[in-house]
Amino acid sequence: MRAVRHIAVNVFRESVRDKVLYSLVLFAVLLIATSYLLGQLTAGQDIKIIKDLGLASISVFGLLIAVFIGIGLVWKEVERRSIYSLLAKPISRAEFVLGKYAGLVLTLLVNIGVMTIAFYAVLVYLGWREIPEVREAWPAPAADPAMLGAIGLIAIELMLVTAIALFFSTFSSPFLSAVLTLGLWVVGHFNADLRDFEAVVESRPAVWLARTLYYVLPNFSAFDIKAQVVHAQPVGVGYLAQTAIYGLVYIALVLVGAAVVFSRRDFK
Amino acid sequence: MKAAVAMVLLLAAVVGLQALREQSGTLAPQAGTGNLLYVRSGEFMTRAVLSFDSLAADVYWIRAVQHYGRSKLSGGVDKKYDILYPLLDLTTALDPKFDIAYRFGAVFLAERPPAGPGRPDQAIALLERGLRAQPGRWQLAQDLGFVHYWYLHDYLRAAEWFKRSSEIPGAPNWLAPLAAVTLAQGGSRGSSRQLWQQVLESADADWLRVQARFRLRQLDAMDQIAALEQAVKLYERRIGSLPMSWADMVRTGDLRGIPVDSERHPFELNPFWGTVTLDRASPLNPLPAPEQPR
Repeated sequence: MRAVRHIAVNVFRESVRDKVLYSLVLFAVLLIATSYLLGQLTAGQDIKIIKDLGLASISVFGLLIAVFIGIGLVWKEVERRSIYSLLAKPISRAEFVLGKYAGLVLTLLVNIGVMTIAFYAVLVYLGWREIPEVREAWPAPAADPAMLGAIGLIAIELMLVTAIALFFSTFSSPFLSAVLTLGLWVVGHFNADLRDFEAVVESRPAVWLARTLYYVLPNFSAFDIKAQVVHAQPVGVGYLAQTAIYGLVYIALVLVGAAVVFSRRDFK
Repeated sequence: MKAAVAMVLLLAAVVGLQALREQSGTLAPQAGTGNLLYVRSGEFMTRAVLSFDSLAADVYWIRAVQHYGRSKLSGGVDKKYDILYPLLDLTTALDPKFDIAYRFGAVFLAERPPAGPGRPDQAIALLERGLRAQPGRWQLAQDLGFVHYWYLHDYLRAAEWFKRSSEIPGAPNWLAPLAAVTLAQGGSRGSSRQLWQQVLESADADWLRVQARFRLRQLDAMDQIAALEQAVKLYERRIGSLPMSWADMVRTGDLRGIPVDSERHPFELNPFWGTVTLDRASPLNPLPAPEQPR
């Protein structure tokens, strides 16, 4: 466990030194802050638009961080040949993969935290500035704590994306890893269509294949409750817990897969 | 240090050049693609935007508002609001709980030309879809009554919708009496005033409150016109001829001064027919259709 912690801390430090990361976070914070201006372009419901934009920013910029840093984690070590000196130490390959993953997740969570603080700061300001009559008409307060549920699920979704990016990076190039990760992320949003495949196709094998894929592929749409929290629709604790557990178990599966693939990889 | 100075100088040059271009009118011409809408299928868009459907709905809503505003403010006589309904359709398909898109969208669609496309049928279709998506939103049922009342003058249907709206849990208690008043005296200025007063008091957006205040000022002007025409008739009965101008009525003491509307524009008197109208420059123009009581 100590080895995992050391690797994780190093990955975190390396990510913090990475200027691209700063630009992404800065851009996201700026976008959230300027969403106030965007709200002025519309007639009413500017608070809804600001919430939508804030949550989407956290999701999109988190995704970019997860994919574009995740795909380079293992590949960089191999490319720089530092993998040889690392593996010569008393560290198992599984610990190496787990440490890399934990480091990136730490980076990701810190970034999501920064973006969330910026997002809530804008919302608190808007809530404070608005007259009580308008505030009362909102379906939920500006800085609605229920949005933390949506941000929590976004975080778990991004942790899963990170695990998938890491998995692909254990055996393929960064470009291919990025394409495969983003491809899987897109497919994961169409999961519900695979379930209802028999409505459009008559072939039984095709229906079975679609149904199998429905269960096997990650269901990313399940992590999306942005619209519900923005409209102050109740999202049960049961749903949040069930989805979080689903995400964490899937992450464990992908990480085990990554460790197995990486353990079998020949660096000679 | 040298680089910093160079950057400041170059930035100043860029700002100066841009200002110069603006002054000399050499800015790029408008692309003229404002009315283009590449995708019109809500179902397709819902899939294409993955988990960002709510954000995409916001983008289409902003486009709808901009399209409506730009068309309304355009100088041309033949104002086109041709993509207003498709934009609202996409907005509400992407986010079926986007209340304001239904409510404001219906007003945009129903407004008579040139202030809008004059399509209360599309406004009704939009609101009915909203009510199907959110059967518990009494405001949408109220708005349906409002469109039937104000734009179609169908007071029977309006009263039906106000009644339906009043029966939805959480509806305010003034909706049931409003249904009764609409049924009894729909089209009268009194019932119109009651309707707009309720909109003013219950509106949760500035835009709607501004609309309600404007309509109430129009109704005030209509009340003033009715009272002035009555005064002109009394003058004619007493003097034996119509007044040639307001000054005649001021001299006889029938009026204390030149009558003006709430926007400080004097009313116009037709000395041949004795009718009173708004000043052509008054922002209260055009007044709604005259009373059509049941």
